[in-house]
Amino acid sequence: MSPDRRQFLGWGAAAAVTAAGAALAPGLRLIELAQARSPEEAASALQRWGLLIDITKCTDCDVCVTACSKENGWTGHGRPETDPQWIRKVSLRDKRTGYAQTLPLMCQHCEHPPCVDVCPTGASFRRDDGIVLVDKHTCIGCRYCVMACPYGARSFVHEAVSGQKADVPRGKGTVESCTLCVHRVDRGETPACVEACNRDGGKAMAFGDLNDPSAEIHRRLRSEPSTQVRADLALNTGVRYQGL
Amino acid sequence: MMRFAAAVLAVVLSVAGFADAQDKRASRVVLPAIKIEKGEACVAPTEEMRRDHMNRLLRQRDRTLRQGIRESRFSLKNCVDCHASRETGSVLGNDGFCSSCHAYAAVSMDCFECHTPLRQSRTASAPR
Repeated sequence: MSPDRRQFLGWGAAAAVTAAGAALAPGLRLIELAQARSPEEAASALQRWGLLIDITKCTDCDVCVTACSKENGWTGHGRPETDPQWIRKVSLRDKRTGYAQTLPLMCQHCEHPPCVDVCPTGASFRRDDGIVLVDKHTCIGCRYCVMACPYGARSFVHEAVSGQKADVPRGKGTVESCTLCVHRVDRGETPACVEACNRDGGKAMAFGDLNDPSAEIHRRLRSEPSTQVRADLALNTGVRYQGL
Repeated sequence: MMRFAAAVLAVVLSVAGFADAQDKRASRVVLPAIKIEKGEACVAPTEEMRRDHMNRLLRQRDRTLRQGIRESRFSLKNCVDCHASRETGSVLGNDGFCSSCHAYAAVSMDCFECHTPLRQSRTASAPR
């Protein structure tokens, strides 16, 4: 069996750990290493996954929405009131000047998520690396989280589902939302919307570890202005916008 | 002569009765179809899997979802990849690996309300 990318990175990280360990005590490092996880390793609080979306580059297209729908296997039935929606395009227009903008809006993966606060069963939770998810095994479909989310990011599955993707189980009677493509992130890939935007769209979206000083997203957030949607709620969102 | 006839009658009746009982049993409860489609051995000994597969799956489910640990050994995807039927590509249906046994044991199974019962890759590797 030839080594895959993750294994190769694992060896590299192991070598780096050994090298760092030579300088300090074993397991004690000056700087924690950012590394791709192996499948046996749990998500760690050393990382915080996030998105940076530059709205000035966001065009009228909806490749992020179609890519999300394709990747995660959610489709509408032509009933906008009840159709599932993980990501949507929002259009803004300044009434006085007529200046129009459009931006993708999805779960903002808050550090202090209101959906988690209100969940009566503990189904809504925040993973250690900052990704906010629904445990559909314990979700009872009460939809408190749908009410609590200030971004309207969650939706309820009203209709029976078939033909689910193997990595994205979905079922009637549970709440769902953007997972930041957690199955892809765990494989060391970027979310489908980011990949599609950078391939076919306006290259407006960037994905990365907000805690990693060497990451491009960290550098941009440090050196360029950015905003959180509804920053007044102090939720510390993982999704940041530029040009809003 | 009478004794011989009685013996023949007794034999015929007992054979008929036995066949009848067998027929009845077969028609009342359909035995599960345990067809192993792929691989030499399961991820754990058969006896262990029969008794304990639900606990293994339950534990794996929480580790995967809550902690992001995606070991393939006891993952539902790995089960389906080996045990899905060659004809339908599914673990459900009349002769489905999961559904036929669960129907026999009268235990309802909710996994496939949300998870796909279909095999994903035809060239999936042997069980690990």
